[in-house]
Amino acid sequence: MSFQTIIKVIQRLRKDLFTGNSPTTFIWRDLVCFCRVKMASSFARVLSSKRKVGILSLVGAGSLTVGFFLNREQHVNAGAHVRRIYPPSAEYPDLRKHNNCMASHLTPAVYAKLSDKTTPNGYTLDLAIQTGVDNPGHPFIKTVGMVAGDEESYEVFAGIFNPVIKERHNGYDPCTMNHPTDLDASKIRGGQFDDKYVLSSRVRTGRSIRGLSLPPACTRAERREVERVVIDALAGLKGDLAGKYFSLTVMTEQEQQQLIDDHFLFDKPVSPLLTCAGMARDWPDARGIWHNNEKTFLVWVNEEDHTRVISMEKGGNMKRVFERFCKGLQEVERLIQEKGWEFMWNEHLGYILTCPSNLGTGLRAGVHVTLPRLSKDPRFPKILDNLRLQKRGTGGVDTAAVGNTFDISNLDRLGQSEVQLVQTVIDGVNYLIECEKKLERGQDIKIPAPISQFK
Amino acid sequence: MPFGNSHNQLKMKFSSEQEYPDLSKHNNHMAKVLTPALYEKLRSKQTPSGFTLDDVIQTGVDNPGHPFIMTVGCVAGDEETYEVFKELLDPVIQDRHGGYKPTDKHKTDLNPSNLKGGDDLDANYVLSSRVRTGRSICGFCLPPHCSRGERRAVEKLSVEALGALTGDLKGKYYALKNMTEAEQQQLIDDHFLFDKPVSPLLLASGMARDWPDARGIWHNDNKTFLVWVNEEDHLRVISMQKGGNMKEVFNRFCTGLTKIEELFKNKGHAFMWNEHLGYILTCPSNLGTGLRAGVHVKLPNLSKYRQFEEILKRLRLQKRGTGGVDTAAVGGVFDISNADRLGFSEVELVQMVVDGVKLLIVMEKRLEKGQAIEDLMPAQK
Repeated sequence: MSFQTIIKVIQRLRKDLFTGNSPTTFIWRDLVCFCRVKMASSFARVLSSKRKVGILSLVGAGSLTVGFFLNREQHVNAGAHVRRIYPPSAEYPDLRKHNNCMASHLTPAVYAKLSDKTTPNGYTLDLAIQTGVDNPGHPFIKTVGMVAGDEESYEVFAGIFNPVIKERHNGYDPCTMNHPTDLDASKIRGGQFDDKYVLSSRVRTGRSIRGLSLPPACTRAERREVERVVIDALAGLKGDLAGKYFSLTVMTEQEQQQLIDDHFLFDKPVSPLLTCAGMARDWPDARGIWHNNEKTFLVWVNEEDHTRVISMEKGGNMKRVFERFCKGLQEVERLIQEKGWEFMWNEHLGYILTCPSNLGTGLRAGVHVTLPRLSKDPRFPKILDNLRLQKRGTGGVDTAAVGNTFDISNLDRLGQSEVQLVQTVIDGVNYLIECEKKLERGQDIKIPAPISQFK
Repeated sequence: MPFGNSHNQLKMKFSSEQEYPDLSKHNNHMAKVLTPALYEKLRSKQTPSGFTLDDVIQTGVDNPGHPFIMTVGCVAGDEETYEVFKELLDPVIQDRHGGYKPTDKHKTDLNPSNLKGGDDLDANYVLSSRVRTGRSICGFCLPPHCSRGERRAVEKLSVEALGALTGDLKGKYYALKNMTEAEQQQLIDDHFLFDKPVSPLLLASGMARDWPDARGIWHNDNKTFLVWVNEEDHLRVISMQKGGNMKEVFNRFCTGLTKIEELFKNKGHAFMWNEHLGYILTCPSNLGTGLRAGVHVKLPNLSKYRQFEEILKRLRLQKRGTGGVDTAAVGGVFDISNADRLGFSEVELVQMVVDGVKLLIVMEKRLEKGQAIEDLMPAQK
């Protein structure tokens, strides 16, 4: 068998693997024998070449499943009793007290269909839903309840991911809709808020490195590889973006205190939503924080995603924050591409991140804004809702507002581009400030018409 | 965090150096033993049910430990873990269990008539007596690794077996997920209820997955014999009562355990046991007897005595607060129990507790009267 033939066979089998069909036995037997004898070295060579990322995931699928089957044979021959396999009905989780998106859509039928499938990396449905099984949720707050272990999770387990995505992202249908990506900051109109009201402006997103598993599933070596690839690229940033990396494992006390004072430091996750998904394994190995010297551009490495990218500054110049955000992201992308890497992205789901809630743009653009009068007006929640904005306390998600200052940001992530979402925040915050000013002058305010979701 | 078979193969794509955990700041038994060479040797292995080296050590990697307290840092996912990964676990066991060698044999002795005395610990000092152990059921994976189907099967089997107990052992099962508020409060008041683990040592190994599915508490009508199902082990068996009659507690413990073992055997399931490691449990620290026999005892004077720790050490006893492991003593009342688990039989360990607590009470009484106790200092057992 030539290398080309092997690739063709694997391509066909990869298709089978994605659709979850069992490959025919005789092909596997030939492939297994051949691989054992001849192919090990070739596979090793290809696997070690970063440039051929496309072939990597392709051949990776084949060799990993070969490995899986090789070991499966050994497992069966081991002599001792084989693990008892229970039917899906015996394994189906008890979701009766649960209130999360996964529980709403994971029927016994869907579970049975997907429970024996794996991604090429070996990630399974049980792994994806574990966090949702372990965390029943809250009567008022509906969490997502599942995560992706790798890029292919969204494809292999589309049967459950798609309805979850649709529910979480207000009807966005990954099967039929395309997600627009637009990082051209020059399209932004306005975006310089009155500093009397807006204390700070911030835009964040995440990016994943294609070919490496995501935080719930990555091995230590993969996580270290993510760190290496990202800090290598960040080291190439220049000018106002030039900066430095602080690894969590070797940080000095002083550096740690400085990062805390700058509000940059992230801690080991304590939220059971995250820890049950396995994201905190091996902490703090290969985790760190990079920021530019001016402290306006920040990258978290290996926290909840491969990277979280944050642009921020005091005051109300959201336009400049977003310009820096786009420039930084595009630069980093260029730098990793030079080394043969790319970000996970596809036209239906946009940028691929660990949590389905962050698909699309993964973007949260927000301000800390003081609205003493408006926040007490009973129409405040409806105004926010119609403007497609959400409020949080100034400590971030799940915190309370302090002294009339709120964190106001976009509700949506998927189905609109970065430019569109930031424009929505800018227009919305302008409206809120106008309301506040009107109330100051004793004038009445109006609830705006609801803006449409998918433009 | 356990992964299925298929996912573990991903790690083999990378070299051993790339995967080896950073243990430079760690202080647990696993970290002391797991050299890069040993990691390389064992990383490609798996038990028949697919438990791998990384699954064994995850809790030890995630929890570096404490400069003073040496945790174990590894768990078993099934019975075969102790065999497949013996090159890691034997030295860990040796270190943890006072030099127990890979070739040593462990004695099991659950004959309560072999216990001498123990029925007369002074009730003015001893508030309560308790003996606990764990049991694992052959053919099922252990809590770090079991699937929901397996865990439910363990529960079902256990409920059936316990349902056949009679006489003073007759009782009732309370599944955690179906418990009423009233039942829950009663179990809390009886100090029977266990909660979802919060210790990162346990959480990191994956034992709390799918909580509270297939977890529950069984106890007899007299509330003196209690079984926890699917907490840290398949079964935790507890015999307890107020006062100082350890003999009676141990009697009931042995009788109950023997009956339960018989009931499981009748259903075609033995307990995991072998002549080297005794009873097989999830944590290597609980191998052998898995037995902790203890009392809540008032020692306000002795506990302040400068050589208290040394006395306990020589008697092969350990102290804990009355909330159990990692709690503080309240009002001079301590939980005193055997320090050993493996290499001594059940009778031997309970005997040590009975004899040791007797001596501690004598010392306490002397100190109350302002008398010296140096002449009572025991030799190292």
